[in-house]
Amino acid sequence: MTTPANQAGPSLRTLASDWSSDKDTFKEVPWGKTMMWIFLLSDTFIFSCFLIAYMTVRMTTTEPWPLSSEVFALTIAGHHIPLLLIAIMTFILITSSGTMALAVNFGYRRDKNKTAVLMLITALLGASFVGMQAFEWSKLIIEEGVRPWGNPMGAPQFGSVFFMITGFHGLHVSIGVIYLLTVAVKVWKGDYQRKGNYEIVEITGLYWHFVDLVWVFIFAFFYLW
Amino acid sequence: MAYAEDAERETLHHPKSFWTKYVWSQDHKVIAIQYSLTAIFAGLVALVLSALMRMQIGFPGALEFIDQNAYYQFMTMHGMIMVIYLLTALFLGGFGNYLIPLMCGARDMVFPFLNMLSYWFYLLSVIILMSSFFVPGGPTGAGWTLYPPQSISAGTPGTEWGIVLMMISLAVFIVAATMGGLNYVTTVLQARTHGMSLFRLPLTVWGIFIATVLALLAFPALFVSAIMLLFDKLLGTSFFMPAMVSMGQTLDYNGGSPILFQHLFWFFGHPEVYIVALPAFGLVSDLISTHARKPIFGYKMMVWAIVAIGVLSFVVWAHHMYVSGMNPYFGFFFATTTLVIAVPTALKVYNWVLTLFRGDIHLTVPMLFALAFILTFLNGGLTGLFLGNVAVDLPLSDTYFVVAHFHMVMGVAPILVVFGSIYHWYPKITGRMLNDTIGRLHFWITFIGTYTIYFPMHYLGFLGMPRRYYAYEDYDFIPQSAHDLNSFITVVALIVGVSQLLFLFNLFYSYFKGKPAGGNPWKATSLEWLTPQTPPAHGNWGEKLPVVHRWAYDYSVPGVAEDYVPQTVPESEAPIHDKGI
Ligand code: HEM
Ligand SMILES: [Cu+2]
Repeated sequence: MTTPANQAGPSLRTLASDWSSDKDTFKEVPWGKTMMWIFLLSDTFIFSCFLIAYMTVRMTTTEPWPLSSEVFALTIAGHHIPLLLIAIMTFILITSSGTMALAVNFGYRRDKNKTAVLMLITALLGASFVGMQAFEWSKLIIEEGVRPWGNPMGAPQFGSVFFMITGFHGLHVSIGVIYLLTVAVKVWKGDYQRKGNYEIVEITGLYWHFVDLVWVFIFAFFYLW
Repeated sequence: MAYAEDAERETLHHPKSFWTKYVWSQDHKVIAIQYSLTAIFAGLVALVLSALMRMQIGFPGALEFIDQNAYYQFMTMHGMIMVIYLLTALFLGGFGNYLIPLMCGARDMVFPFLNMLSYWFYLLSVIILMSSFFVPGGPTGAGWTLYPPQSISAGTPGTEWGIVLMMISLAVFIVAATMGGLNYVTTVLQARTHGMSLFRLPLTVWGIFIATVLALLAFPALFVSAIMLLFDKLLGTSFFMPAMVSMGQTLDYNGGSPILFQHLFWFFGHPEVYIVALPAFGLVSDLISTHARKPIFGYKMMVWAIVAIGVLSFVVWAHHMYVSGMNPYFGFFFATTTLVIAVPTALKVYNWVLTLFRGDIHLTVPMLFALAFILTFLNGGLTGLFLGNVAVDLPLSDTYFVVAHFHMVMGVAPILVVFGSIYHWYPKITGRMLNDTIGRLHFWITFIGTYTIYFPMHYLGFLGMPRRYYAYEDYDFIPQSAHDLNSFITVVALIVGVSQLLFLFNLFYSYFKGKPAGGNPWKATSLEWLTPQTPPAHGNWGEKLPVVHRWAYDYSVPGVAEDYVPQTVPESEAPIHDKGI
């Protein structure tokens, strides 16, 4: 009779020998996809360092931290609505993850036109996110007087962290938009149809979902805390 | 099924012109040589800087152009170049590029174009770094740790341009290392040949592989701290800068955390030590096994030790910060993890020694360097146990004891492996042997020389001689004998420095006049020695990929006439030593 304890041994060993067997460790995973996963892991560390640095300076700074729900409020038709713009931006970005997932799905089905259109929509949503971010930045800079080195509401680190982290994320989104457009055009032209291989769409999707996921963390830590 | 894995493995683009073959090359072997030559050049600059520093310490004032500022600038550039631009680049970009595809049985790295970009970004980072010698104010003199506030405050040399160029250069280097690193990791994981399981890989590949993983996860912290420090300097943000008065003036900073920089820096900095050490561990294991004609002792243990060291290296960083004033409980935690990491490390040393035990030891030049590595690393490792304990570290911190420790463990020891490995693989790279007599001379001068330089420094450290000082005269606690010792060390350092010309000469001379090596001069088992051509042609393997039947350490198999069995020999022709692999 085998007890659960000594069952764990062989199954762990099977896992190890599957992973270490010849040719490739992750079976049937193309090179590009493996590399994207590893890159994203590395990028995760970059964003984590940024966020941890942000939390640290928020705790060390001697001046009070500005109230983010107040700073990021919009006044529309006389109503003061906190976090409105950010809510819309977050919604847009998450929607774009949905359209991306659909694009990947149609890529699997070799539906060239639908894949290309959905990627285009994803890129447009991404571009509008960047556009809104530009609007948000200019509002903060021009109307609220926030600068990287200081602001009228309190701790100077507020502006520093805000511009640095959202800027770095916005850069990722912008690069993603260019990436999406490039791949979409190639899909449209039928490059992958001929090769019978749409895996690049999935790889682009990985990147895009990652950028969205990072935004969720930035949103939670920066705007909601 | 969409995924045609063998097609992926076999495709290769053939370059046509001279330029695409040798300059904008996408061949991993050419890129490896480009990386290595650039790194060696940077290393020579750092070597000259160390000689200049030693002149000032041993013979104060003898060279008039070395003033306080120059000394700190030399020190900073020396440290940074040695750690990052020489050792990291050489082990990963040089040896990694050359050996990974060959030892895994691949035709090239998985993304040759990215691999090429990696080299050009690296070259760019070196150019940016070196350019800081020629800008107003000169290179930064902040120490290679670049601690703010002093690294960006007036009074430190190079706060005008030097520190900015340093940060930019580091950021570019990190981009280069990432592009290369993604390639190395993916190649090891996904592009091995038929029969090449992970546990049949030579330890060289394991060492470089785990080191690359560390690089991909540790460099982000340096990248982030470089960006934030750059913002503090250029935009006036206060990430790391507290409110302070500098040279009688209140600065515009307030509320930042200098300790945050130290945490980020060492979260990178400690794994960095292992980024340099793990490839050295791997390479030296192969040198020892090949030249002792014995299977490496405890192969799987060696692999798991590399993995364990890699994991643990992320939780020891604050042992560099015992004197920073952090919470004492932190010190307790980090001292414990530091001592735990000594266990797998010691295990590796035992296994090297046990591999040698009753081996058929050939005292070739690579073997000499490998043996010297064990001795040097052992010494540095033992002093590391001292420094890992808070109570012992407090008085020794920032003395020459520390200088001795880190030069032994991560300066000289890896350099010895670099030399040994170059003597070992040069025949494969060029088709010719390096000259043996010059090699032996170079070895004995370097080995005895470096021991003579660093061993006495432990004693200077006990005397309390501080590190990072420009001048040591007129301190009552430093006796005359210490000054004499310093002059002695300087003389030896100069001899060791100059003797490296022997090595350079050997590299050039043997390239043209060396004894033809043949395909497998050391009678080694691993795949890189079994290429149809030497030096290997583009695509490495000719028509068909090799098929692997055994691990890389079948030396002196009982009942086999030759004392080695290459990895491609099937079991039907020669028994396999270790079936567990
Ligand atoms: C013969 C070869 C070498 C000599 C003579 C030498 C000499 C020196 C000297 C004199 C210092 C300054 C100590 C002080 O003033 O505190 C120094 C610092 C340093 N060296 Fe070396 N060194 C050599 C090789 C290496 C190598 C191979 C490495 C690679 C890891 C290395 C890494 C460093 C580092 C990281 C520092 C600290 C810089 C700082 O304090 O900011 N050195 N070396
Ligand atoms: Cu450390």
